[in-house]
Amino acid sequence: MADAWDVPLLTQWLTGFRDAVDQAGEELTALDSAIGDADHGSNMQRGLAAAVSAVTDAPPADCGAFFKTVGMSLVSNVGGASGPLYGTLFLRMGTVAGTAETLAIQLFGECLQAGLDGLVQRGKAQAGDKTMVDAMLPAVRAYDEVAADGGPMVSALTAAAQAAAQGRDGTTPMEAKKGRASYLGERSVGHQDPGATSMTLLFETAAKVFA
Amino acid sequence: MKKFINDPSAVVTEALTGMAAAHPSLRVDVEQRIVYRARPKGAGKVALVSGGGSGHEPMHGGFVGAGMLDAACAGEVFTSPVPDQILAATKEVDNGAGVLHIVKNYTGDVMNFEMAAELAAADGVEVATVVTADDVAVQDSTYTAGRRGVGVTVLLEKIVGAAAESGADLTSITALAQRVSDGGRSMGVALTSGTVPAAGQPTFDLPEDQMEVGIGIHGEPGRRREPLAPAHEVAQMLVEPILDDADFTQGETIAFLNGMGATPEIELYLMYGEVAKILTDQGVTVARTLVGSYMTSLDMAGCSLTLLTADDELLRWWDAPVNTPGLRWGQ
Repeated sequence: MADAWDVPLLTQWLTGFRDAVDQAGEELTALDSAIGDADHGSNMQRGLAAAVSAVTDAPPADCGAFFKTVGMSLVSNVGGASGPLYGTLFLRMGTVAGTAETLAIQLFGECLQAGLDGLVQRGKAQAGDKTMVDAMLPAVRAYDEVAADGGPMVSALTAAAQAAAQGRDGTTPMEAKKGRASYLGERSVGHQDPGATSMTLLFETAAKVFA
Repeated sequence: MKKFINDPSAVVTEALTGMAAAHPSLRVDVEQRIVYRARPKGAGKVALVSGGGSGHEPMHGGFVGAGMLDAACAGEVFTSPVPDQILAATKEVDNGAGVLHIVKNYTGDVMNFEMAAELAAADGVEVATVVTADDVAVQDSTYTAGRRGVGVTVLLEKIVGAAAESGADLTSITALAQRVSDGGRSMGVALTSGTVPAAGQPTFDLPEDQMEVGIGIHGEPGRRREPLAPAHEVAQMLVEPILDDADFTQGETIAFLNGMGATPEIELYLMYGEVAKILTDQGVTVARTLVGSYMTSLDMAGCSLTLLTADDELLRWWDAPVNTPGLRWGQ
């Protein structure tokens, strides 16, 4: 296997992410019940089912088209804040990927960075606000470190997944500053952020594709 | 969970189907989950589009009709509608005079309406937006997502709906909407949590002897828990933070006591009686009153109080005829 993403591998990633979110659906909803509105699991499940259908019914021609199809499916089917956030993330990745048929370690890193920038811009959240940014920001940094040394992809993605998980765990003691959890103020402390939890699954399932 | 449902994932669609069957004055796009007026308002008038998560009925679909909204987009339960829906509704009701989006300040709602407004603008539809943020239970600071949009949204849709019906242009409609939004303050309290059908169990646990003070309308827990208190003390907890936040002693006020879904009207009137006493004592002149369950949170028991500063113009729009499933007078 070449050390790069192509449309079949991206599809495998998306399917893996859907399965992981399906499995964690109740956990995500339980986390969201504690500090949000109990719908993160079911919303993501619905959106990812639609995204998987979209890319398997009509396989996209290139990586950019793949990310755009996924982004639009999520925007159109998830709702809440997660729809625009995950949707913007994938749409921006698609802009950078363009018509590329494969994404090697450097270009995929640029996609991730663009996705992160889009996420931050749409959600106006910073590190430490107890959001999905707290998982994605360290993940992209960890990926970049390995990528700077030349990879391989599996090492970069594994490092990213580990950093995302640490970031996710780090949200527990935080006081939420964005999203519905911020209404709770200090009462949001002690709960793991559901968005950071699903974001970690995104990186963990990416690493599994190359494992 | 004991509910009148067939399938938890079909609740929104099936409720819209029932709404269409019950109200010939509405045209319901069940597929896209958009409620329209069966008879659109005349050309050249600003159209009003709102929407939000389902579970707050009659808001917003029940406020579509003459004198209020032109279209309402229904999301999943407690989940914002998506940009496709909002864009479709916006383009459908645009009469060439522009469209006002009425959005409650929740992260998801704001983002989805923002994306839809960007797409509508790209299609040549003039869109203005007002974001309601009247919940004094939330501190408005850079450290939160800002105050939640709650009760004032209902009053705004009525008042601005009447102005739009009169043919006012988008600039003045938007300014009026902003004035209503700025002049409203709300506070809510819950006795029980609601149960989201897809979740199957109450969103939060609330012991028999406790109440949740400062709740929103999405089943999110409030800022603090208090022992259950007599109604006159609860009334104080509703009024005090509102009057601490804004001065309602100048001019006149519209008072809105809203039920959260499972509180019977007898308790709402009892509570309004207590609220009215306090308002009189505090020098607040109530010119108009609305009591009932208009912005609910599924089967949550509880209520919220909204006060809105109202001058003659606002009261005139408030008194103007309205004919919707949820609010109807003067016709």
